[in-house]
Amino acid sequence: MTALIERIAARFPDAIASSHSWRGDQTVVLHPANLLEVARFLRDEPDLAMNLLVDLSAVDYSAFGKGPQPAFFGSSGVKLGPSLLIPDESPWPGPPGKDRFAVVYHFYSTTLKHRLRLVVTVPEEAPEVDSLCPLWPGANWLERETWDMFGVAFKGHPDLRRILMYDEFEGHPLRKDYPVNKRQPLIGPVN
Amino acid sequence: MTDDKSFFTTRLDEALGWARKYSIFQYPFVTACCGMEYMATACSHYDVDRFGAGFPRFSPRQADVLFVVGTISHKMAPILRRIYDQMAEPKWVVAFGVCTCTGGFYDNYATVMGIDTIMPVDVYIPGCPPRPEMVLDGLMKLQDKIQEEHSGAGRPAPEKRPEVFEA
Repeated sequence: MTALIERIAARFPDAIASSHSWRGDQTVVLHPANLLEVARFLRDEPDLAMNLLVDLSAVDYSAFGKGPQPAFFGSSGVKLGPSLLIPDESPWPGPPGKDRFAVVYHFYSTTLKHRLRLVVTVPEEAPEVDSLCPLWPGANWLERETWDMFGVAFKGHPDLRRILMYDEFEGHPLRKDYPVNKRQPLIGPVN
Repeated sequence: MTDDKSFFTTRLDEALGWARKYSIFQYPFVTACCGMEYMATACSHYDVDRFGAGFPRFSPRQADVLFVVGTISHKMAPILRRIYDQMAEPKWVVAFGVCTCTGGFYDNYATVMGIDTIMPVDVYIPGCPPRPEMVLDGLMKLQDKIQEEHSGAGRPAPEKRPEVFEA
């Protein structure tokens, strides 16, 4: 289950920060500078043919591993653990890097039926990565959503503005330092 | 003679209330999953037409009752308020489902904590989603309210519940 990773590693030996195929999902953590060329390679190479950008989102790791784990049934006494149905061949590889954000891309080839996940780590000081809009037009709204929710900007995006929240909204609500129930109503009281 | 006139006036008010409560033109503002339950209520199995409310209008200017069905986000709140303002008097508002009553289980940046923070509400129908029976109950309570508004009385009489006998 590492054929795609090896294919990328052979073509771009310096682009890969790390890689794994935990639970059968081939994942490549890239250096941000190499994102566009690797993505273009994934799309255009006949034996990769990633013609579908399934999903694009971000993760805020700033609160990762700090404080108690917010268990869903935390108050009920039900212990949470890894599912017994999916045996782990190896432990979870952990966060992709030391940077605060990670932008995650999921690709799928509808002709060759294989998947790949790309991860690009983004530092807090300069939250910006290259836009994939020139390669997959479907990235447009996904990148706008990621900008809206996490404040990660996309260089080269044709129309980077909020898509879910209103223009008057300040901040990015899915960042871990956004207070969980802070509201910014357009009309009515701040309830 | 004057007594007869005043007697006639109160009867006219009652007739007006009767006419209004059995010709509710509703505006369904359906945003979320409660809409499925709203549709179940509106269709023939439960049949809100029995109560004279079977004729949804999709223009607020032609509607009497605003049914707010489903979660209202802060982005949508000004639109909902504008629709309420566009409705002609007399008008009533029904909050359908917990999200419109209180925000429900949402407690986050996006959701309005009950539409009564942005407009007056006449009937609250809780539930996630409410059963059609509850919706019909709320509709009948609204009918009582519309009737009482025009009979000179204050609040509708308390609900009569069936007596329970201990064996």
